[in-house]
Amino acid sequence: MNSALIYPVKQSGPEILKLADVRVRFPVSNDWLGRPRGYAHALNGIDLQVRAGETLGIVGESGCGKSTLAQLLMGLLKPSSGELSWANGSKGEGSSNVQIVFQDPQSSLNPRLPIWRIITEPLYARGMRSREQMRSIAAKVAAQVGIRPEYLDRFAHQFSGGQRQRIAIARALSSDPDIIVLDEPTSALDISVQAQILNLLAELQQARNLTYILISHNVSVVRHMADRVAVMYLGQIVELGNAAQVLDQPRHPYTRLLFEAVPRLGVPLLAEQVAAPTELPGNRKLPEGCFFLERCSASREGCKQPQVMRGGEHQRVRCHVMG
Amino acid sequence: MTHSQPVLAIDNLSLEFPAYKSSVKALNGVSLHVNPGEIVGVVGESGSGKSVTAMLSMRLLPERSYRITSGSLSMLNRDMLSAPEKDLLKIRGRDAAMIFQEPMTALNPTRRIGRQMLDVIIHHQKISAAAAHAKAVALLRDMHIASPEQVLESYPFELSGGMRQRVMIALAFSCEPQLLIADEPTTALDVTVQRQVLLLLREKARQKGTAILLITHDMALVSQFCDRVYVMYTGAVVEQGLTADVMSHPQHPYTRGLLSGLPEMVEPGQPLLTIPGQVPNLARLPTGCTFAERCVHAMPVCGERPVLTAINRDEQRKTACWLPQQELSQ
Amino acid sequence: MSVPLTAIPRPQWREKLTYLTWQIRRSPLTMAGLLITLMVVMCMIFAPWLASHDPNTLNLAERLAPPSAEHWFGTDEVGRDLFSRVLYGSQQSVGVGLFVAFASCFIGGLLGCFSGVIGGRFDALTMRLMDIMLSVPSLVLIMALAAALGASLFNAMLAITLVRIPSYVRLARGQALGIRQMGYVKAAETFGAQRWHMVHWHVARNAMPPLLVQLSLDIGSAILMASALGFIGLGAQQPTAEWGAMVATGRNYILDNWWYSTFPGLAILITATGFNLLGDGVRDLLDPRQQGK
Repeated sequence: MNSALIYPVKQSGPEILKLADVRVRFPVSNDWLGRPRGYAHALNGIDLQVRAGETLGIVGESGCGKSTLAQLLMGLLKPSSGELSWANGSKGEGSSNVQIVFQDPQSSLNPRLPIWRIITEPLYARGMRSREQMRSIAAKVAAQVGIRPEYLDRFAHQFSGGQRQRIAIARALSSDPDIIVLDEPTSALDISVQAQILNLLAELQQARNLTYILISHNVSVVRHMADRVAVMYLGQIVELGNAAQVLDQPRHPYTRLLFEAVPRLGVPLLAEQVAAPTELPGNRKLPEGCFFLERCSASREGCKQPQVMRGGEHQRVRCHVMG
Repeated sequence: MTHSQPVLAIDNLSLEFPAYKSSVKALNGVSLHVNPGEIVGVVGESGSGKSVTAMLSMRLLPERSYRITSGSLSMLNRDMLSAPEKDLLKIRGRDAAMIFQEPMTALNPTRRIGRQMLDVIIHHQKISAAAAHAKAVALLRDMHIASPEQVLESYPFELSGGMRQRVMIALAFSCEPQLLIADEPTTALDVTVQRQVLLLLREKARQKGTAILLITHDMALVSQFCDRVYVMYTGAVVEQGLTADVMSHPQHPYTRGLLSGLPEMVEPGQPLLTIPGQVPNLARLPTGCTFAERCVHAMPVCGERPVLTAINRDEQRKTACWLPQQELSQ
Repeated sequence: MSVPLTAIPRPQWREKLTYLTWQIRRSPLTMAGLLITLMVVMCMIFAPWLASHDPNTLNLAERLAPPSAEHWFGTDEVGRDLFSRVLYGSQQSVGVGLFVAFASCFIGGLLGCFSGVIGGRFDALTMRLMDIMLSVPSLVLIMALAAALGASLFNAMLAITLVRIPSYVRLARGQALGIRQMGYVKAAETFGAQRWHMVHWHVARNAMPPLLVQLSLDIGSAILMASALGFIGLGAQQPTAEWGAMVATGRNYILDNWWYSTFPGLAILITATGFNLLGDGVRDLLDPRQQGK
């Protein structure tokens, strides 16, 4: 079980966020009295620590719970059980400031506000009202993301997709955050624009010592940006570790399946058992033992038990066979 | 693969969308063809004209919104640009089919899958409802769907994205078309599902001898899946050839820019190589080479629009650039 | 780091205006609507200067005089010049119509936005209240309200406004429900925005286009309603000139003095038509451009 340490680990700072056995479930199909008849179990025991200055990548497909995790981190949801703790106390005055950049630059900007108002909205929501002050902050931040200050009075629809995403990033920066959650920041963008945005994000991280939580299904983007990677499946983290380690030597059968399916330049598409089920089991009724059992090719005795994370500091796997 | 009449032949096609006091030049001299049974990819970003090409091939653009300024488009030897509506009704679905990116919007959410499939099958093949139903079940089973009867009874929102796309593919193949146009069919799907869907597509196409025209922005996908590829930029083809060739030895600066900008091309943590500037406004295209303003190799001769010319006298391998091939090859 | 970026150039004000007039000119009906509306508004504002006589001066010697060079529209039963009364009447009818339309749009729109954003019991209560209001025929409700509150101009306006609010509430609520799903509203939630902030900056602004279209279509029928109230005597009281009231009084004299009911009636007809045509044009202007974007 020793993970051969091939790649050097980046020196990172103190822990600023900790999730301990966090579970989130949503009531579904209420009966006539309003009592829920069942639950959708979105997150099923997340244990995670985020360190200052790092980029933590969260990889998974639809249904794995990554959007729920994003909402949880932004404070839009409370955990049904488990604990979410920030280093500088709970989110409030003087705490870690978390901001988010959404996936779709089209719908994440109000089409009827000039972009300087969009950029400074987090400040406005916290009570800043001085127009002069807001405009000057907007100008500064816009310059940092590459939007010229003379465009501050324009509206979102007058910009291209890549520029809109820059505006969204400026909005996340305006309140001087410590942590930025990037929810599929480049999925809706063209490849050439994606490169520009990724470079911008890297520069900003350097300049402002930001911590990124990068949620993406695009493995090459995660490989490029992340220091550590967590792979999610059905609300659990099935593999967690050093990015290079996990991405080059995946251990968990799901991680392997996932990375193998990613198209790579020059690698031919080989036919295989097409009949293997690819659908995620529903999250209404969680499987007893390992969540991945019905799709796993390495299953054996002991997989009917709930699995726990095993492994060292640099790579942990939720599998008793591979861990 | 016999190179008889191409299934789809587009020759120097130019199209514009008239707007207030100007017009958006969506296509500027596009030439491409698809031979029977082959899988051809068209790669490009927004504004490249790839989706317009696909929609036009099936005459799906709203009739009065565009103007063809030159060129021709023929499918199975029939001129699609001037074909009357009744001919088009016979071609669409039967001789050529199309699948789109968002299967949710392609399927009517208020009707069951079975009903929608039967509609299509019966429209093109005059068979009884019972026979059509049996055919639908067989088609779904072909798509490796485990319980086709149940799927036929469901509504689209009850199925996952991958399942819906498989239903769409089943429908597309129901009349054994000679050409299948797929516009970003897997962009909205998870990567494991995407792999399944692509394998299925390829399997079916090889089985029935259907040609596929795959429109996408994903270079890696094209390299895995397509025999030949066309790279489009601002409404014209800038490079074409066998996929392996184009991906490993791209000749056009735009193609090279696209490939070198991929995250897998640099070490993690290093800045990505970007193409400077951005796509020009299609209503105000520069004269001459439209890529010149962003090109590191731009020369005075680029003020004149380059034509697609063969490299090394290989008629299949072309690029639209003034740089002689020797200077670029490494 | 900063790549010089050029945003899509914004058309200047002049260009926008030219574009607008080009669009309007393409539709002759909209042009007609616009002209009529402008004419009516001119009459409203410049009535004191345009009127040939004082509308309330009695002149029993010239009662029920037919249209002539001196009295373009003739006179009424106490000798007041009808042309001037029609001009001044525009202030009542059109003024009321405009006020009512804007007030009900504003109040209804705001209520609907809040209802959509807050949801839950508040939303349910509001919608049930609106359903109740919609279930009574509007004219009956107006008459009942106006009669209960007393016949006066202000009460008439109040009654008509109240009755027109439900349709705006439903429209705005529908819009709000859709806008709530948009990314920028979710983003605002993450910044800790309060509900009022959401409605003010995000929901209301983006819900406006259909509300404006409804408004422009509504002005015409608001004017008709104001005149109808005047007709049955519940609006502005005598001696104030009001089109509906004039048509009503004119009924008694219509057999021998055709001009009395006709001119105010024509004024109502033309004004309502003009606003309706303009409303149609506004709807067409706003709709395809929205889709075109």
